[in-house]
Amino acid sequence: MEDRPATTVEQPAGPKETGDAAPAGLGELKMKATDVNLWYGDKQALYDVNLDIFGQSVTSLIGPSGCGKSTFIRCLNRMNDVIDICRVQGDIRLDGEDIYAPDVDPVQLRARVGMVFQKPNPFPKSIYENVAYAPRLHGLCASKADMDEVVETSLIKAGLWEEVKDRLDQPGTGLSGGQQQRLCIARAISVNPEVLLMDEPCSALDPIATATIETLIDELKENLCIAIVTHSMQQAARVSQRTAFFHLGKLVEVNDTSTIFTNPSDQRTQDYVTGRFG
Amino acid sequence: MTDQTASLASFKGEDAQKKLRKRHRAERRFRMYGMAAIIFAVAFLIFLFGSIFSQGWSAFLQTSIKLPVDFSQEVINPSGNPADEEELFRANYVKLAREALYGQLGIDPKDRKVRRDANRLLSRGVDVQLRDMVLRDPSIIGTTQDVWLLASDNADALLKGSIDRATPSDRRQVSDQQIGWIDQLVDKGDMKKRFNTGLFVNGASSNPETAGLGVALIGSLFMMITVVLLAVPLGVCTALYLEEYAPKGKISDTIEVNINNLAAVPSIVFGLLGLAMFINFFGLPRSASLVGGLVLTLMTLPTIIITTRAAIRAVPPSIREAALGVGASKMQLIGHHILPLSLPGILTGTIIGLVQALGETAPLLMIGMVAFVVDYPSSPLDPATGLPVQIYMWAASAERGFVERTAGATMVLLAFLIVMNSLAVYLRNKFERKW
Ligand SMILES: Nc1ncnc2c1ncn2[C@@H]1O[C@H](COP(=O)(O)OP(=O)(O)OP(=O)(O)O)[C@@H](O)[C@H]1O
Ligand SMILES: [Mg+2]
Repeated sequence: MEDRPATTVEQPAGPKETGDAAPAGLGELKMKATDVNLWYGDKQALYDVNLDIFGQSVTSLIGPSGCGKSTFIRCLNRMNDVIDICRVQGDIRLDGEDIYAPDVDPVQLRARVGMVFQKPNPFPKSIYENVAYAPRLHGLCASKADMDEVVETSLIKAGLWEEVKDRLDQPGTGLSGGQQQRLCIARAISVNPEVLLMDEPCSALDPIATATIETLIDELKENLCIAIVTHSMQQAARVSQRTAFFHLGKLVEVNDTSTIFTNPSDQRTQDYVTGRFG
Repeated sequence: MTDQTASLASFKGEDAQKKLRKRHRAERRFRMYGMAAIIFAVAFLIFLFGSIFSQGWSAFLQTSIKLPVDFSQEVINPSGNPADEEELFRANYVKLAREALYGQLGIDPKDRKVRRDANRLLSRGVDVQLRDMVLRDPSIIGTTQDVWLLASDNADALLKGSIDRATPSDRRQVSDQQIGWIDQLVDKGDMKKRFNTGLFVNGASSNPETAGLGVALIGSLFMMITVVLLAVPLGVCTALYLEEYAPKGKISDTIEVNINNLAAVPSIVFGLLGLAMFINFFGLPRSASLVGGLVLTLMTLPTIIITTRAAIRAVPPSIREAALGVGASKMQLIGHHILPLSLPGILTGTIIGLVQALGETAPLLMIGMVAFVVDYPSSPLDPATGLPVQIYMWAASAERGFVERTAGATMVLLAFLIVMNSLAVYLRNKFERKW
């Protein structure tokens, strides 16, 4: 880890955040993206994105469709690596380590930076196997008893334990949409990641299931750093402490959620959060 | 604009009704076309099966005559040493069979003309039949045993009704006297149609009554084993590499186009390739089922590759993301998710490829598997034939017995194909997953 002075003195004002110290109420700096540019083939999808993500808090990414939110969030655990035509430039650090360094294995990275996807995507296996899969993959559990415990705590943290504890051997695909999404969250947190990325985790769910997941996010952030992409301004306002607004592949503005929604400094942000476009 | 709204404004309007009737008629017509096509196809299928079945069922029965054969020591083993296989092998078994027949029919063995007529009731294969009995168990020498001996092709045809008794005797292949004997034997229950095990165990023969599919079945089995062992791993690995690892670009496009083209190459071309490569270049023996299997492997590979790729592509991308998202490596992704999920598709594709290979004839002709093979091949390097090739060879013979055997062998082949296809359907339904 690089040794950086913990100073806030030369922090420039404006949309670009370059300082390392956390604003009040947030944990320490967890991930830092600097000048990220990204191309799909010849088409550039991200332009000079600079974004800091802090621990013990939720950062929400908002913006009109196609502006590059998913693209950016997928850079944070190198999920874009599997897309042949995708090329990333810039610097992204997790706890000060460059995650695109040649000696970093994306497989290890993804154990530290988990991801929950838009559509619930449990494996066509039992509920137990869904949660146990990742710990087994990374060899985290020595015994069956250990594994049982990991599965149980993950499901408890995901708020699903009470509903499924009697049918752990039944297929995960047989659960309701909301339950499936919570199962996916349990699966993602089963290896104790430091960062959890969520790409529109509630867009396929009804309001009640959404509320459950939002409560869950609120609890999870106590010892996790969460970045969430959402199309719902209310959701961003409810769950996140910081909000980043993307537009046409550029990060327009990032600030405290309350500031973004009440007093944004950019006209485009203003227009978007008041519903004038997007 | 107003016109249109006016006509749609009411369900009952004359205009709307007319349009509706017209549309309903069109839909009914459309359905009729489909049904007509299906009826047409089914009718052909019924006709095909009907004609093959009506011709071929009799091949599964074969007429035999029960005779008390005296395995006389002097004829079989005059030296008295049962260990002398050479002597046992060369003995005049036909004589034993004929004498038993004369005794049974009460014929005077001095009358040569009558004797010759009687001889024609027995198959030319009886000597092999008796010889095999003696070689299997030499202790029967010197005893008299009741043996069911094969009747000749003509006698068989008479019993199966394909020789008409009403034909004038000078144009009939069975004389009046022979008919008399046959009736006499049938009445006593000493001559009847029995299940034709020889059809499944015998090798090639120029007498239809002793010709069987044994060699062809073993040859086909060897070839199928070769295909499964080679084509499945090769095809699945190729498909996996192309789908999961190969960088998309000119090269992979070219490979894809070529594989699709290979699937459409006429099978005889594969036969020529096999002849040039495996036999002329690598020096593998002609007519060997190994070479047949290799050629069929080449032919089946594109099918397996294409179906496997389709099955892999059908695995939802969300499962891929899920696995990668929790930190599965590429190999783990493939081993834990992609392969298990695409297995039903791969199995179905493999079986369909095997079915194609099993029914393939042309390439086998090119590599010399159209051969007269009497003995069972003991290894894939021995000469053998295959089921479809055997059908092809029998179809070229004019004897009545071969005609019915051609249809009978076709029934056997069809039975294999239907069983394998049903297996494919069963596996697909059994392992089909719902997401
Ligand atoms: N795999 C891909 N190949 C090529 N272009 C892509 C790919 N994925 C995304 N893009 C392009 O990159 C741009 C950003 O897409 P992205 O999915 O990040 O948008 P988004 O902000 O997540 O939109 P949404 O809110 O609709 O999910 C879009 O113009 C899209 O067309
Ligand atoms: Mg998106």
